[in-house]
Amino acid sequence: MIYIAILTVAMLIAAGAAYLFRDLIAAVVACAAVSLIASALFYLLQAPDVAMAEAAIGAALTTAIFVIAIRKTGRYEK
Amino acid sequence: MRAFLSFSILSLIVVGLALSLSHVPFGQDRMRVADYYLDHGATDTGAPNLVTAVVLNYRALDTLGEITVLFIASLGVGIFLSLQKKKDTTKDTKNLPEASLIVRRGSQFLFPLILLFGGYIFLHGHLTPGGGFQGGSVIASAFLLMFLGNTGYRLRQGPLAVTESLAGITFVIIGLIGLGIGGYFLNNFLPKGSEFALFSAGVIPILYAAIGLKVGAELAGIVANMFESGSER
Repeated sequence: MIYIAILTVAMLIAAGAAYLFRDLIAAVVACAAVSLIASALFYLLQAPDVAMAEAAIGAALTTAIFVIAIRKTGRYEK
Repeated sequence: MRAFLSFSILSLIVVGLALSLSHVPFGQDRMRVADYYLDHGATDTGAPNLVTAVVLNYRALDTLGEITVLFIASLGVGIFLSLQKKKDTTKDTKNLPEASLIVRRGSQFLFPLILLFGGYIFLHGHLTPGGGFQGGSVIASAFLLMFLGNTGYRLRQGPLAVTESLAGITFVIIGLIGLGIGGYFLNNFLPKGSEFALFSAGVIPILYAAIGLKVGAELAGIVANMFESGSER
């Protein structure tokens, strides 16, 4: 139970950081952290199927697609 | 004025949502169908992983809709990125520095192992956690690793499109065979076999293999389109 509380707080912090960062690469990494913690939470809440999908799609593929898109457009929020 | 207007519309929405949700009895057990799945799922479908039993037996038509949505998303990315003029992308990648030997060889060494792991996940979808979507995304992440580790790596789109189409057609044909034999779409017409065996649960492993290949090909296609399009900045 204490792990779930700690992870939820960390997830909120990462989500706030993703909103505040002006450097978009840093914001995307914060989003990936949100996904990774969500995946750990799904596992702790006994949903391993969803945890696997969240880890593979949310933390890996979406992050990569965002990073490629940022590399091809602009790195800093105007 | 504008801020006041948007604030009042937002608060109207919040009040409306709160009023309508206040009548919903949260926390009460009103899902009688869940108990049925827990009691009869494994014997009905032959799949010990109940998530798979629901996704590919009781709710298999919804899964067909889900992979259709993913297909449309992949198609949209492909069309949108092919709207810009096809440029010689090899010139862009020439400016990028080559990755170090360890990164290149490491990614090439891990590539088949990750593919194998993805295949393992979707072939054991009816026994252990995971399934077609998870295995497919693991397969796509193997291609992502190759793109990241090897500058100028290119993926031929033809085999991807063939794999994706064949997998989708397999899913629909199995559904239609079930319709012909059992009277409803995606009927589990094969024998269920013994529990916890790899070849059990009837058509579920075949369907999950089709979904895994389809999802893997679609996501790898999206990643490849993203890498190969446009210019670097």
